[in-house]
Amino acid sequence: MIGQVIAAVTGTVGFSVLYSVPRAYYPYCGFIGGAGWFLYCLLIPNCSPPEATLLAAILVVLLSRLFAVKERCPVTIFLISGMFPLVPGGGIYWTAYYIVTGEMELAAEKGFTAVKVAVAIVLAIVFVFQLPQKLFQVRWGQKKKNDRRE
Amino acid sequence: MAEAEREIMEVAIEAGHILLENGAEIFRVEETINRICRHYGIRSGSAFILSNGIFVTSGNMEEEAFARVQHIPVSGSHLNRVAAVNQLSREVEEGRYTIEEVRERLTEIRQMPGKSKHMQILSSGIGSGAFCYLYGGTIRDCLAAFLAGILLYIFVLYISSPYLNKMVSNIAGGAVATIASMVFFKLGVGKNLDQIVIGSIIPLVPGVAFTNAIRDIADENYIAGTVRMIDALLVFFCIAMGVGLVYTIRQRLIM
Repeated sequence: MIGQVIAAVTGTVGFSVLYSVPRAYYPYCGFIGGAGWFLYCLLIPNCSPPEATLLAAILVVLLSRLFAVKERCPVTIFLISGMFPLVPGGGIYWTAYYIVTGEMELAAEKGFTAVKVAVAIVLAIVFVFQLPQKLFQVRWGQKKKNDRRE
Repeated sequence: MAEAEREIMEVAIEAGHILLENGAEIFRVEETINRICRHYGIRSGSAFILSNGIFVTSGNMEEEAFARVQHIPVSGSHLNRVAAVNQLSREVEEGRYTIEEVRERLTEIRQMPGKSKHMQILSSGIGSGAFCYLYGGTIRDCLAAFLAGILLYIFVLYISSPYLNKMVSNIAGGAVATIASMVFFKLGVGKNLDQIVIGSIIPLVPGVAFTNAIRDIADENYIAGTVRMIDALLVFFCIAMGVGLVYTIRQRLIM
């Protein structure tokens, strides 16, 4: 479990570098990626992958918005790298694999799960972005002026 | 007066251009352009943004007409530039810059260096290794995925981005990652081929396009969102094709 989270943090930071995220934000990206995956790991014994992804993605979006307001920078920066561990990369592989090996039922199952996971991420993003910006302006030391753009 | 207005509009477009090119959401581009226009006193400014183009006009009874269409090919995502332009537009609103200074800052931002190629290759490898572990690989599988991820990105940087179009480069990328994984698997670096391949194809996954597509659609920017979503899905599909292609060939060779 700890190893998993460390891997998630490392992977997230790796991809932040790839996307040229400013260096100062690496710790945030790593933290968000690690937190999302941690929750996913906690949930996966009792939930299906789409359910676990939904909750983990909600956490990722919440944290991304929180840090975006704190650092006053575009939320995209945190969101893209933090969401990376949840994107169904494995699903693509297994779908392709089973199609090639001719196991159509398994291919359909894996493919469909990948789509459901993607939909879970969509729902998390769409709904959490509906929350009013004010919620995220928690006091971070000094008071910041109201700012709609994160 | 007209000259000054033209200058403001040009600067606003330039800011939007940098944002859109480097992976910002549509609403951010729109808002930035509008903010710059408004702050420097252009009231009739109006912007329409697509995923690869900006249409800006201004002009009414008092202000002179101005119109510009700019085609913006999607290039790599440099999120540091998005952050910098965002910061700049914030500072503009606080009234810290003249329009000339904004233009200078934008030129600086445009020239902001991305990560060096070595750094990108290394981080692709690290990402691959880490994700291989996430998907259940062992430490040695991670090493194999790390090496495969490095080879993949060398291929991406030196062959596919300069010479190949998007579809071919992603199919080829998926194939290269799979072949590299198989080679390291055969050499005995790692034991679980599946996990190694999953790790090594991860750097190709279109994270920026996928996330932005969702946000654009949620913001009701359907055209841009749909285009970006198709872009992301196509890349997913192409990666899968690349992997499938190599597996098919391997099956034929084994038989």
